[in-house]
Amino acid sequence: MLASPDARDRPRSPNIQIYRPQLTSVLSIANRISGVFLSLAAIGLVAWLVAAAEGPQTYLAVQGALASLLGRIALFASTFAFFLHFCGGIRHLAWDAGYGFELRAIYASGWAVVAASVALTVAVWIAALFVMS
Amino acid sequence: MAKRTRSPLGRALGLGSAKEGVEPWLRERAAAVALIPLTLWLVASIIAHTGDGYAEFVAWLKTPVATCAMILLLVALFTHMSLGLQVIIEDYVHSAAKTPSLIVMRLACFGLLALGILAVLRIVFGH
Repeated sequence: MLASPDARDRPRSPNIQIYRPQLTSVLSIANRISGVFLSLAAIGLVAWLVAAAEGPQTYLAVQGALASLLGRIALFASTFAFFLHFCGGIRHLAWDAGYGFELRAIYASGWAVVAASVALTVAVWIAALFVMS
Repeated sequence: MAKRTRSPLGRALGLGSAKEGVEPWLRERAAAVALIPLTLWLVASIIAHTGDGYAEFVAWLKTPVATCAMILLLVALFTHMSLGLQVIIEDYVHSAAKTPSLIVMRLACFGLLALGILAVLRIVFGH
């Protein structure tokens, strides 16, 4: 919407600065932030494929960059963002289907998303390091 | 005069709900559901091929399942990404930059999708 003709500076609600963070609101914005972060990872996925299509040299250069400390931090962050968005997305799909709207269920599924995202991220990295060794 | 000769149906068409407003919302969810098995496949494949060289990587992507899954993943991924970023832009960009942002974002998504599919095909079919 364009600015209304009566564009006085009115107070807004919720006032983010004094709004106590709750699991519900934090996970809501986390789903968006992880989505934006994963969009960057999607650009990385295409760059990785293009590098591989260019030939072994460029592929190995990209693999080397990913194996560096900075590369691993980016990969780890992407893994966590992926599982947060993945688990949060399944929670959203359940809501879209009409399930899990009771307050208890919302908090239970919210904490389940947090726990599953952390557990799956750690599990993936342990598995990958196990395969590599 | 022209107004008076239009039927009530003719006046109503194009205004209000055309029962299609839910379509982008539904497409975002459909892509999300498709991404559940596809992204799990990608994560599992990356784990299984950690530390592989170039030849092994190409041999893996050349298998029909991997080729199809990677292309389907790119289609679902950039469909979901485009629709998701559209909602974010519509929610937070209220200036005149809104429409240009939407156009640039969608073109970028289509461009990345084309680039990704082309890369997969180049790897699979050689240069």
